[in-house]
Amino acid sequence: MFQNRINVNSRKYLFSKGVDHYFEGVYKGYQFTLRFFKEAFKPPFHFREVINQCFEIGLKSLLLITLTGFIVGIVFTKQSRPSLENFGATSWLPSLIGIAIVRALGALVTALICAGKVGSSIGAELGSMKVTEQIEAMEVSAINPFKYLVVTRVIATTITIPVLALFCSFVALLGSYTNVHAEEASSLLMFYKNAFSNISFLDVFSSVFKSIVYGFTIGIVGCYKGFNATQGTRGVGRAANEAVVLSMFLIFFEEVIIVQVSNWIRHF
Amino acid sequence: MENLQRTHTIDKDETVISIKGLYKSFDELDVLKNVNLDVFKGENVAVLGKSGSGKSVLIKIIVGLLRPDKGEVIVLGKEVDKLAGKELDDLRLRIGFSFQSSALYDSMSVYQNLAFPLTMNVKHLTKKQVDVAVAEALEAVGLANKSNEMPADLSGGQRKRIGIARTLILKPEIMLYDEPTSGLDPTTSAEINALINEVQERYNTSSVIITHDLTCAKNTCNRVAMLIEGAFLKVGTFEEVFNTEDEQINNFFSYNFIQ
Ligand SMILES: Nc1ncnc2c1ncn2[C@@H]1O[C@H](COP(=O)(O)OP(=O)(O)OP(=O)(O)O)[C@@H](O)[C@H]1O
Ligand SMILES: [Mg+2]
Repeated sequence: MFQNRINVNSRKYLFSKGVDHYFEGVYKGYQFTLRFFKEAFKPPFHFREVINQCFEIGLKSLLLITLTGFIVGIVFTKQSRPSLENFGATSWLPSLIGIAIVRALGALVTALICAGKVGSSIGAELGSMKVTEQIEAMEVSAINPFKYLVVTRVIATTITIPVLALFCSFVALLGSYTNVHAEEASSLLMFYKNAFSNISFLDVFSSVFKSIVYGFTIGIVGCYKGFNATQGTRGVGRAANEAVVLSMFLIFFEEVIIVQVSNWIRHF
Repeated sequence: MENLQRTHTIDKDETVISIKGLYKSFDELDVLKNVNLDVFKGENVAVLGKSGSGKSVLIKIIVGLLRPDKGEVIVLGKEVDKLAGKELDDLRLRIGFSFQSSALYDSMSVYQNLAFPLTMNVKHLTKKQVDVAVAEALEAVGLANKSNEMPADLSGGQRKRIGIARTLILKPEIMLYDEPTSGLDPTTSAEINALINEVQERYNTSSVIITHDLTCAKNTCNRVAMLIEGAFLKVGTFEEVFNTEDEQINNFFSYNFIQ
């Protein structure tokens, strides 16, 4: 059955059109990622463009992340309080919240917001450059568009999103503190101390590692979808949309794997 | 060529683009089937053909944006298909490509659009040198005052001209124009035609001009090539091609209005 695959020109489908296209997509995505690693370490390096993109991405999502982080902190605290009260364990609240936010929520919330905000805008930007021949225009002026557009953006998301995630965790704890403070008098310093009391180096490390992976995913998926946009303006919308859907899906997938692996390490 | 009152010389001994037995297809669609063409130094050649006949595909193959399935494409002595990386880039710097859609970078101003290919390819330029080069290129296309505008604020004809200026800034030896006058009114088209001739004289370029605008072909070109059903049916001076007996060519011309 697999021998069919050798004959590329036969224009027959191995399984069915849909399934074949799916595997073709996976393979192309893999090649795109591989190309990133090949080109990222070869000069010339566009440092200034990386820094521009970092600012662009950071500033674009800062307000949204601050608000969301703060609200997540408040809501999570409000929701957790009653169940802890049943056991008379409200003093564990800061440490519970610390674990939840640092281990999981900070990185995940940031990644999902950036997938929506940054991923879609990268997909749309590169997509519209593709369908209006701007990417080809770069190529014919002897500028490598993959390096100039893709490598810089992927590096920028990989750097910026972990920073945003740390910031988000910090703000979420602040939001949580406002709620804790409203119920019982505790100082901010004491709260942070309690919150971090049960957090190990592994927690922080795996959280930062996770957001690096998420940042890379958002960048590479957005660029891949934009770079391969087709069919005029419709393709631009589709590229933006698919960038968000695919990167969110991959983020959850990666979350499961990383949590599983870090739990193994923890119990080792 | 004598009937065209131009001052520059065409060197018939030097071929800058040579295409032999070129084939190209996309999936089930055969676009180019045995295309042959030579372009001489200093010469403007128009490629005529109806929409979808593969004209854009042809010049994209010349700059190596698309790869031929079969055949030989030699540009400035190099076989394009065999080049990659640095060598291909070096060749591309000698070719100017004006896109059908202008393809201006819409996140950049007109100045940045022109400065970008220059600063990315020529290292250690001072700001002054870049300014001078940009001003010179803008002046060549007659839009010296548009330097600070964004592409979105320009008209179609102005965008085309900025697109041409962006390629001129690298001083190309060959210009490839993809439908330079499509979608423009006759007056603006005439300005673009004049610009194409001016570029030929001023920079001594050889050009391939893709068009289905006969006025453009007649006024800018030394020779005309008719692309029909994926191959050149006839190549010659405008009059030769226009006065042919061939039915398909006459069909093409009968639908077009000539000024
Ligand atoms: N990258 C591509 N992938 C698949 N098909 C393509 C591609 N580029 C062009 N084609 C097809 O090749 C044919 C010729 O396209 P091309 O753009 O060269 O036409 P054209 O002669 O330039 O027409 P127009 O005058 O409308 O610009 C079209 O049918 C088009 O659909
Ligand atoms: Mg075309």
